[in-house]
Amino acid sequence: MADFTVLLPGVLQPLVGGQSYLTASADGAVTVGQLLDSVTEDYPVLARRLRDETGKLRRFVNIYVNGDEVRRLKGLETEVAAGQEILIVQSVAGG
Amino acid sequence: MGFMATSESYVIAIGTKKGLWLATSPDRKGWSLSGPHFLMSEIPSIGIDTRDGKTRIMVGVRSEHWGPTVAHSDDLGVTWTEPEQGAIKFPEGTDAALERIWQIYPDAESRPGVVWAGCEPISVWKSTDGGEHFELNRGLWDHPHRSDWGAGYGGAAAHSIVVDPSGEKVHVAMSTGGVYRSLDGGASWEPRNKGISAYFMPDPNPEFGQCVHKIAADAAVEDRLYAQNHHGVYRTDDGGENWDSIADGLPADFGFVMLTHPRREGTAWVVPLKADGERIPPGSKLSVHRTDDAGGTWKELHTGLPDHEYNAVLRDAASVDTAEPTGVYFGTRGGDVYASADEGETFAEVASHLPDVLCVRAAVVVGRPAGAENPLAAAEATLVAEAEEIVEAAAQTRDPDSEDPATVPG
Repeated sequence: MADFTVLLPGVLQPLVGGQSYLTASADGAVTVGQLLDSVTEDYPVLARRLRDETGKLRRFVNIYVNGDEVRRLKGLETEVAAGQEILIVQSVAGG
Repeated sequence: MGFMATSESYVIAIGTKKGLWLATSPDRKGWSLSGPHFLMSEIPSIGIDTRDGKTRIMVGVRSEHWGPTVAHSDDLGVTWTEPEQGAIKFPEGTDAALERIWQIYPDAESRPGVVWAGCEPISVWKSTDGGEHFELNRGLWDHPHRSDWGAGYGGAAAHSIVVDPSGEKVHVAMSTGGVYRSLDGGASWEPRNKGISAYFMPDPNPEFGQCVHKIAADAAVEDRLYAQNHHGVYRTDDGGENWDSIADGLPADFGFVMLTHPRREGTAWVVPLKADGERIPPGSKLSVHRTDDAGGTWKELHTGLPDHEYNAVLRDAASVDTAEPTGVYFGTRGGDVYASADEGETFAEVASHLPDVLCVRAAVVVGRPAGAENPLAAAEATLVAEAEEIVEAAAQTRDPDSEDPATVPG
């Protein structure tokens, strides 16, 4: 079994009881989408903040795998290897 | 934190581009402002449900980052609750995602618990549990006209819902699609736009496709409705079968607001704007106009309003209360909010320098809104992602070694 860690921005941490990260375990590599499914299973509000009801990542939510934003990889199908850290960052947007 | 309901008071809920403010008054003379709630999220829709002697404030919340949701408060803003799975959620198979809640409309006193919502993408929803869970109206969603409906400047949405006392006759207005009517409680829908101009289309008198901005029902006359259109102010006396212009006497036929009196026949309010291409008050003088004869004549109401104003008043940024005499309330895109306790004869400023006002709703309620004594507690009660430190949060969590910074959209 491999452990995966998803780091959350401070603004989302109140939705998971103040935790700064969530973890999941899996056999071998998983996709970003699968990892999000797993870590948000107990946090449906967090799930809705990240993805809409079609499963699409919200426009200004960015997910980094080892420093690369997944939209430049394979999106939610991007594979995450054991030990890699997943970072969720909202875009710097608005005015 | 407990909340003790006290005596009757007045509340104005002000939804803006960057959060919700509540104003309260014991007498509609002096107002206390509290907020913001949901700081940095826009509040395009508010419904205040005062049926059954209770008060529930429902708000459509939309974060640019974290999406839309519906939250409600049963303690006048002290605490907010958001259904975990979301109150409005497109079902599987629609391949659609909720963009924005444009309208939250508590139904009649005789149908407690029923709340309607109008949303973007164009859709109508109905709740039977007081706004905690909504069901998509499939009759409208599956309508064969759907693919021909367009988007107005603010998006493609159902923004007005009017239900008659029987609950069977429902009018919906959408931008852009026009007015649709159901005679079977929402099971099926037909366009009802005859007489409303769509001058901007190749055929200026189409069956549907009009850019209606707001509709409202007359308080006392069955089948009479009023419409503020994208150029054009109209009335129907036959449930939408025919619409006739009532714009004569107004300084302009453009605008977004249409309000009707809660009890009295023939009384409606509009807030004209100069034109499609010049969305400012005519002559840059901010005025409300009222008719007391169903659009036969109009009276300009300007006392207490600025002589120079260049901001528009959006379609839902205006409201009436149910008091006697009726209160009239509205806010501008410049963040100023005005209240009248005498049907618009005189206005007083309630708030200024807020973000763009998107939605205003007023009601007579039992008790005091949050923040009247403890504004900080009210703000802290915000359930939806508290984003006031949004940039700092991003900075704290970004990988400092990454050379690939977060996307920076405009």
